[in-house]
Amino acid sequence: MEHEFRQEDQQRAWKHNSICQKRHRPTDKILTCLMYLSAGIAISIFAGIVGYVFYRGASQVNWQFLTKARSALTQTEGIAGNIINTLYIVVLTLLIVTPIGIGAAIYLNEYAKPGKLVRMIEFTTETLSGIPSIIFGLFGMVFFGITLGLSYSLLTGALTLSLMVLPLITRNTQEALKTVPQSYRDGALGMGATKWHMIRTILLPSAMPGILTGVILSVGRIVGESAALLFTAGSGYYLPKLGEYGEGLIQKIMESGGTLTIELYLSMSKAKYDIAFGIAVVLLVIVFAINILTKVLAKRFDVNRK
Amino acid sequence: MKLEKPQSKQESITKSYQTRSADRIEKIAQRIFTVCAFVAVIAVASITLYMIIKGVPAIFQVGLTEILFGTVWKPSAADPSFGILYVILTSIVGTTMAILIGVPIGIGSAIFLTEIAGKRVAAIIQPAVELLAGIPSVIYGLLGIIILNPLMYKLELVIFKDSPMHQFTGGANLISAILVLAIMILPTVISISSSAIRAVPVQLKNSSLALGATKMQTIIRVILPAAKSGIITAIVLGIGRAIGEAMAISLVSGSVVNIPLPFNSVRFLTTAIVSEMSYASGTHKDVLFTIGLVLFIFIMIINLSLNRILKKGEKANGA
Repeated sequence: MEHEFRQEDQQRAWKHNSICQKRHRPTDKILTCLMYLSAGIAISIFAGIVGYVFYRGASQVNWQFLTKARSALTQTEGIAGNIINTLYIVVLTLLIVTPIGIGAAIYLNEYAKPGKLVRMIEFTTETLSGIPSIIFGLFGMVFFGITLGLSYSLLTGALTLSLMVLPLITRNTQEALKTVPQSYRDGALGMGATKWHMIRTILLPSAMPGILTGVILSVGRIVGESAALLFTAGSGYYLPKLGEYGEGLIQKIMESGGTLTIELYLSMSKAKYDIAFGIAVVLLVIVFAINILTKVLAKRFDVNRK
Repeated sequence: MKLEKPQSKQESITKSYQTRSADRIEKIAQRIFTVCAFVAVIAVASITLYMIIKGVPAIFQVGLTEILFGTVWKPSAADPSFGILYVILTSIVGTTMAILIGVPIGIGSAIFLTEIAGKRVAAIIQPAVELLAGIPSVIYGLLGIIILNPLMYKLELVIFKDSPMHQFTGGANLISAILVLAIMILPTVISISSSAIRAVPVQLKNSSLALGATKMQTIIRVILPAAKSGIITAIVLGIGRAIGEAMAISLVSGSVVNIPLPFNSVRFLTTAIVSEMSYASGTHKDVLFTIGLVLFIFIMIINLSLNRILKKGEKANGA
């Protein structure tokens, strides 16, 4: 009996050690299952979020919802004011931060010599990108709002967000500049171009797709931001008044205005969930559009490289 | 006339090369770029400075131990007390739990994405993860309120059916907040660890497979250790995201200062600031800034350790 058993065992062992036959390890199967499971969870969460938001909110979005501001007089609900505020914040922030971010990247890549200074600047940029938005909100409220006296206004919000997205623009521009071949620089300088001329006419145009990617990613971050804006840009929802010569559009910068995310948060805390889901649909559409745009740009960038 | 023209052109070339104005433009350009580069430094310095200036006074007014280790939060009572121990604990417990749930799922998905899934499947999942990262945090909060809280309330009704001591929260509790945070860190963890796994040299993987290791053995014993620093970076960034998140969990968590037990309504460092800043004044407001300072210190510790990890990774790669 025992002998037979051993033989069987040995046979089994032979079978398992053979290179021709796959050895089955139960732990492998379990691990594979776990990985399928975790990927499944991640995907179903994603599909669930998007599906549910559209299911609840799509019926809420109509022409009036998008083009009218909230009004107690006519009993209408609309988010036009918030859409315009969001546009204001996006444009203002980009106007402030894009030149600074690109400038910083140019300094780091083209002018500075590697050393302590560059390391310090890169470290602080890294730190800046790690600071949570609520801290930016506090700082913006105290510094831009109170110390500089801008109080709750779109400008305060834009200045605060500029600090927040600065690392994003700087880093993307740096990456883009790194991919420009050294021969471009040498060629331009060799032909007698000055450095600034070379940067302006050779480097920046070649790095443009990368820079644009950074800018568009920043737009996404700005549109989705809420905590940094709650205490800086406030929560106004009125449409800008045109004024006689359109000066109202500029005055609007100094008025408080809530973006779409702020309005979503506020209607959520007032338990107006239908409106909240309507805004969520609009936000998701914007996020999707931005995502596709960056994809297209990246693809173009690739073609250029080849 | 005919002779003069080329001459003047030649002159202008040599001149423009040496003229002062061009030189000046060069110098101005360089100076402007330098200033731009220092904006980040100035920003971090002034944020640090302001957080300290605004956060420290309350410590003197109330007392350090009373703030940090006090457990009673009654900011607007006649005899106010400002203990934020539970708030700090909630942030720590909440973040830890979110990491414990989110990181394994995230790393598992990253491995699936890079090593197991075929190209077609990966081509669907990858953009989905990127989109997930772009969804505004308030939307996560909205879904938490609409979907998670009612579920939690049902669970609560079942579990605490017979205990008269329990205060019912309507489902706005620590678990809901943890789940929302765990979902929110997923995209960060997945995208960073999957790019770390992709960066592992193919030779390592191939030699392991050639030595007879199974695919799973290769993944667990060879690829993951090789991608270690990237994965740790992903985890640390996830911690940073979870501890700093405010809007998504401010309504989901119920926002009552409480011991961080699973079915309690709780308040995080971030949500304390969000929910009370709008009406706080005097010492109350100062204490909220102290909470901001505590959060800032946490974040700085995370940032510094991240920096150290990245440096270590660079050294290991260089060697």
